[in-house]
Amino acid sequence: MLNMKNFKPMHLFSAILIFILTAGFTMLQAQDAPDVGPHPPQPVKPMESHIGNLTGHSRDATMEYRRYCVGCHGEAGDGQGENTPWLDPKPRNFTLATFKCRSTLTGTLPLDSDLYNSIGRGFTNSNMPIWNTLTNQERADLVALIKTFSPRWEKEKAGDPIKVPAEPPVTIQSISHGKALFTKLECWKCHGPQGKGDGPSASTLTDSQDNPIRPYNFAAGKDDSRFKCGSTNEDVYKIFMTGVDGTPMPSFNDTISPNDAWDLVHFLRTLQIHRKSKENDVLKAAGGAIPPYVEKSEGPSASPEVHAAGGGR
Amino acid sequence: MRVSKPYITILAAALSPTLLFAGTITGKVTYTGTPAKQHVIDMSKEPSCAKQHNPPLMTEGVVTGPNNALANVVVYVSAGSDDANAPSVAVTFTQKGCQYGPHVLAMHTGQELDVVNDDQTSHNIHPLAKVNREWNKSQPPGTAPIKDKWDQPEFIEVKCNIHPWMHGWFAVLKTNHYAVTADNGTFTLPDLPAGKYTITAWHESGAKQTQDVTITGSESKAVDFSLALKPY
Repeated sequence: MLNMKNFKPMHLFSAILIFILTAGFTMLQAQDAPDVGPHPPQPVKPMESHIGNLTGHSRDATMEYRRYCVGCHGEAGDGQGENTPWLDPKPRNFTLATFKCRSTLTGTLPLDSDLYNSIGRGFTNSNMPIWNTLTNQERADLVALIKTFSPRWEKEKAGDPIKVPAEPPVTIQSISHGKALFTKLECWKCHGPQGKGDGPSASTLTDSQDNPIRPYNFAAGKDDSRFKCGSTNEDVYKIFMTGVDGTPMPSFNDTISPNDAWDLVHFLRTLQIHRKSKENDVLKAAGGAIPPYVEKSEGPSASPEVHAAGGGR
Repeated sequence: MRVSKPYITILAAALSPTLLFAGTITGKVTYTGTPAKQHVIDMSKEPSCAKQHNPPLMTEGVVTGPNNALANVVVYVSAGSDDANAPSVAVTFTQKGCQYGPHVLAMHTGQELDVVNDDQTSHNIHPLAKVNREWNKSQPPGTAPIKDKWDQPEFIEVKCNIHPWMHGWFAVLKTNHYAVTADNGTFTLPDLPAGKYTITAWHESGAKQTQDVTITGSESKAVDFSLALKPY
């Protein structure tokens, strides 16, 4: 192609210049993007998250994921980071899109806000810390990035959040009924009669990845003790109504009424013997012992004074 | 698009001979090697269930019969099947005496599944699906059946975490031509139109075998399988 007749030193110069520029640019690019994670399956469709009026973008979370998450959750989001062999419980495998803390029914995808809250809250009794060092925007971006690891987020919508009706007042009757449900629903088979996580089936439990897993010990901890998926009464309600997916903890939303669920919440709080709570106040005011539950008990006689004692929160 | 009545009549007339002259595959599944040893289940923690089993129940990981017969093997058409639609009748998975009945329940993708609790105790039904969506639901005594369906073909392990000995399988298949072998290892796959088929025999231990079978007209073919089992 080179025409010798038209060949001028100027052409040679520009050719060399172009070569140097191109090579230099390629090297610069290579330095700009070192070959480290995350490597989600290609091609990655950018995802968004929506939490309140925050919008998160997966592409904006790349640096945060690489810095804060990749060590445990891995480049591919499969929970196989370099720290994983030393961790128990194991980090979440995002490629399965199975999540513990949801306000949605078992087997469905969680809301963006569920994932957002999980990052901010951290997971008690695990190595997942409270990420309060991240800004709200960074957390929203990370939620969007988590959604790039499984194709389920493209094919399915998040589940419908369960309705949580207003909490009825704590009474000794509600605690007593909650205790009856705790027995009837076989909660104690794993969590133990005193909620110490020492029920007859406790030692046999494994998560869905076949790793041994312990049932929650209600009696451990102090006043600030929290559950994996929150610390308020509404959080406790949601935990057992939606279940903890990927673990032996089932959902009860299909089988018990909201009133029964609130009674169970009230009883569960009394298992947290070291925690100051309105439930423990009501129990103390009633003499410290939970009376046996009588089916269809009317019992309005006892409730006014109990209310007075339980008031406040 | 509307299909005219005469057209349906012609279609029905064309289809009926194939069903009239449909073939049948019968056979027996046996095992070679040493099957894993089964043991007596200790149900003393759940007396309402324990008293329903005399003699006590054995684990059902490998159930064998005389002459190396292997039970609970799913035998199904894995290729060449012509019916893609799920039947409108539901299949039922029962919890009775803290035992699943049947131990292996086969169904079509999209077919309704009813899970029933006949016990005096609460169970949780936990299908450990990996391709389909995993879920985990509590079912106290006296509550309505849990209804569900599975979209993708998969062998799904089912557990009750409250009663750790309870263990079963959902065999979700993309065919209506399936059978689960009886205690004597036998199975029958009826109503197979003429054609070429791949038949697969699957056991929960992971043992699997396939065979190609050609059905011409209304014949009855014998196809036997032999699965290799390991003690551990």
